[in-house]
Amino acid sequence: MIQAYGLTKRYGEKTAVDHLDFTVRPGIVTGFLGPNGAGKSTTMRMILGLDRPTSGSVTVDGKAYADLLAPLHEVGALLEARSVHTGRSAYNHLRVLAATHGIAASRVREVIDLVGLRDVARRRAGGFSLGMGQRLGIAATLLGDPATLILDEPVNGLDPDGILWIRNLLKGLAAEGRTVFVSSHLMSEMALTAEHLIVIGKGRLIADLPIAEMIGAASRASVLVRSPEAARLRDLLAGPDVSTTSQEVGELVVVGLTAPQIGDIAAAHGIAIHELTPHRASLEDAFMKLTNDSIEFHGGTTVDTGLASTGGAA
Amino acid sequence: MTTTVPPEKYVSRLAVEPVNERRVLTSEWLKLTTLRSSWITMALGIGALAFLGGVIGFFTNQQWDRLRPARQAAFDAVGASLGGVRFAELAIGVLGVLFVTGEYGTGMIRSSLTAVPRRFPVLWAKALVFGLVTLVLSEIAAFIGFFIGQAALGTHGVALSSDGALRAVVGTGLYLTVVAVIGVALGFIIRSTAGGIAALVGILLVLPGVMLILPQTWQDNIGPYLPSTAGAALYDLHPEAGSLDPWTGFAVFCLYAVAGLIAAAFVLHRRDA
Repeated sequence: MIQAYGLTKRYGEKTAVDHLDFTVRPGIVTGFLGPNGAGKSTTMRMILGLDRPTSGSVTVDGKAYADLLAPLHEVGALLEARSVHTGRSAYNHLRVLAATHGIAASRVREVIDLVGLRDVARRRAGGFSLGMGQRLGIAATLLGDPATLILDEPVNGLDPDGILWIRNLLKGLAAEGRTVFVSSHLMSEMALTAEHLIVIGKGRLIADLPIAEMIGAASRASVLVRSPEAARLRDLLAGPDVSTTSQEVGELVVVGLTAPQIGDIAAAHGIAIHELTPHRASLEDAFMKLTNDSIEFHGGTTVDTGLASTGGAA
Repeated sequence: MTTTVPPEKYVSRLAVEPVNERRVLTSEWLKLTTLRSSWITMALGIGALAFLGGVIGFFTNQQWDRLRPARQAAFDAVGASLGGVRFAELAIGVLGVLFVTGEYGTGMIRSSLTAVPRRFPVLWAKALVFGLVTLVLSEIAAFIGFFIGQAALGTHGVALSSDGALRAVVGTGLYLTVVAVIGVALGFIIRSTAGGIAALVGILLVLPGVMLILPQTWQDNIGPYLPSTAGAALYDLHPEAGSLDPWTGFAVFCLYAVAGLIAAAFVLHRRDA
């Protein structure tokens, strides 16, 4: 369990993380979602005691990370930036970390096999591909068999095989009762792995909700209706679970009724319908709507290239 | 807090021990010995100390009759056999810097500090491991250098029992050990390889040269207290006038290393990794 209380990090004038309060619970994968530059990596580094919070605090199972007696046994971390000496072999890298906790060499070999690096374990990590490097990072994360895992953009740069492998691995680890906290800037990726979402933008908490709720909110269908008698139709459609809004005369946006239901009601009362369009928002739309005001680096052109939320600095 | 922990919490069966100083020492020993660059750099420095004295001795012996009587009278047989110390100093100091900045440059430091979040043990262990390795290897190399050097000097050589010879040989190893610790401290303070090496070379090798262009009174008052000059008093049997006593000089040199370690600890504690 990870708990943040008013977690804040300022770099001079710039506030990277702004009074974050959240709880990451065991047994499920919790997604940490936000555009690039939202403060995800900074938050994760503060959890691990690498960066010192300007104010507030964060604990893992009730303790500050620096107070953990065997940190690798309690928390496994995969940071976005590489954290391996390029001159050392994968096997020796893990042995160096294992030595600090008296972890046996057999466990080192075990995690190397688990991530599928056996054939290259004696090669210098500097020559590893992005995917192999990421697997080595995962091996280090699992080395101490920790109850909490923190992974910063673990699927970045992986091929489809690797992405699938990580997804299943994370779900499996959570199913064993571990706390799994994974960051991503891709809603679609989170939709496939996470059960709960913590969404931040510009360092602030935007949403903290189960992914089912997010999907529910996103996929709530609305229907656009155009009719010369819109006002009369609105009264006829009214009901406890129905909401209607109108942005211009002769137009209604109806939530809570399907297009056929609306059409039938209109027909029954002899109201002419000029347009009846069901609209379904995607998950990506819901995320964009949530974070739209808090994207750090907008694209420079007025034409939407679709890259505004994925470009920019990390 | 146990009441708030959900019942389904994962329980590991892996045998893990708490992090302590001894385990961090083991880890740092592994870090040092599993990098090829450590072996190459150390071999260069130690090799220079062990064998350069022999080369110097051999040619000095050959050219002896061409030396002027004044030079012959002032000849420092011990110093000649330990002539590799300047190379060893550079190699060992650079390796000390690299031992730390290699971690910052590659990001390894983030792995190291998440494994040892109290941080200080990483600093002490690095200084201790690298200091001890340097002490053992450079003492051996200094004795080898002395004996080969004296053998090569033939009749112009001196015995280990001659005045100050043993102190100079042992002192060379001690001096290099302190250089190793200063290198590690500079690595933690500066974090970048280029900057760390520049600082090391500047402090140990360039600073004494800079003193020569300063007014004579400054040279006399400050010169002997410069790190490498103070430290050299221990192994230099023909010191310049105004030099510190051997052990006083070495103590001053050690103080620089201690100051460096304190500054390194401060930076390591305060700055984000």
